[in-house]
Amino acid sequence: MSERLFGIHGAALELRSQRMGLIASNIANAATPGYKARDIDFTAALEGRLDRSKSGDRAGAEGIERHRIYRTPTMATLDGNTVELGREQVAFAENALRYSATLSFIEGKVSTITRALKGD
Amino acid sequence: MSDPRAMSLFDLSTRAMSAQMVRMNAAASNLANAGSVSSTQEGAYRPIRTVFAATLDEASGLASVESAGLVRSETPPVRRYDPGHPLADDTGHVFEAGIDETAEMVEITESARQYQNIVQALQTAKQLMLDTIRSK
Repeated sequence: MSERLFGIHGAALELRSQRMGLIASNIANAATPGYKARDIDFTAALEGRLDRSKSGDRAGAEGIERHRIYRTPTMATLDGNTVELGREQVAFAENALRYSATLSFIEGKVSTITRALKGD
Repeated sequence: MSDPRAMSLFDLSTRAMSAQMVRMNAAASNLANAGSVSSTQEGAYRPIRTVFAATLDEASGLASVESAGLVRSETPPVRRYDPGHPLADDTGHVFEAGIDETAEMVEITESARQYQNIVQALQTAKQLMLDTIRSK
């Protein structure tokens, strides 16, 4: 039902939220020796999610595991940590902005339907 | 996210902030003990270091950080000739804690920056959650 109502945006919002968690994990582990910074291939993850919802398969958080990627550091560090704070901050900001965009698409959809229901 | 025990962004940030606090406290202890002397090599203060370890939450896929333990640094105390010192040993030497003040200051600055980063990320995430809740 929500797929028909919100199209791609419902799945996108959920993925954006999960990606935000992943990038926050990277920022939290900026000083952990040996920690490998993670991210997801958003396009592939979104396609995977849409394909799955078409076939009726309800996979949860483990769904994004398939599209996990690891960051390639610009320079290797002695302790094996691959978090580069600048990069993570930019990724976080970009993701937050796109989350807002997706959210406003959904809000627009909802307000259109509300108006149609009220009939004014 | 359906698991009630799953880690949330708030748990993640809390743990990361606690870990940074432990790190900052360790560096502050080291700075406070800079210049402290002892009459034996074993009795001299050795700097404390925090060891961070990532904790992966299987339910949500989030990875937080915790302070896995504190270790004493191997930096040997500096042996200094000071016969007038009340703690001087038979040969007139005292052992001063081997603390590099500059390194400790850098440690504190780095920790503060990472703390700020976590707080900023949390603020953004919280704002987005509020926007989502209030949308109608």
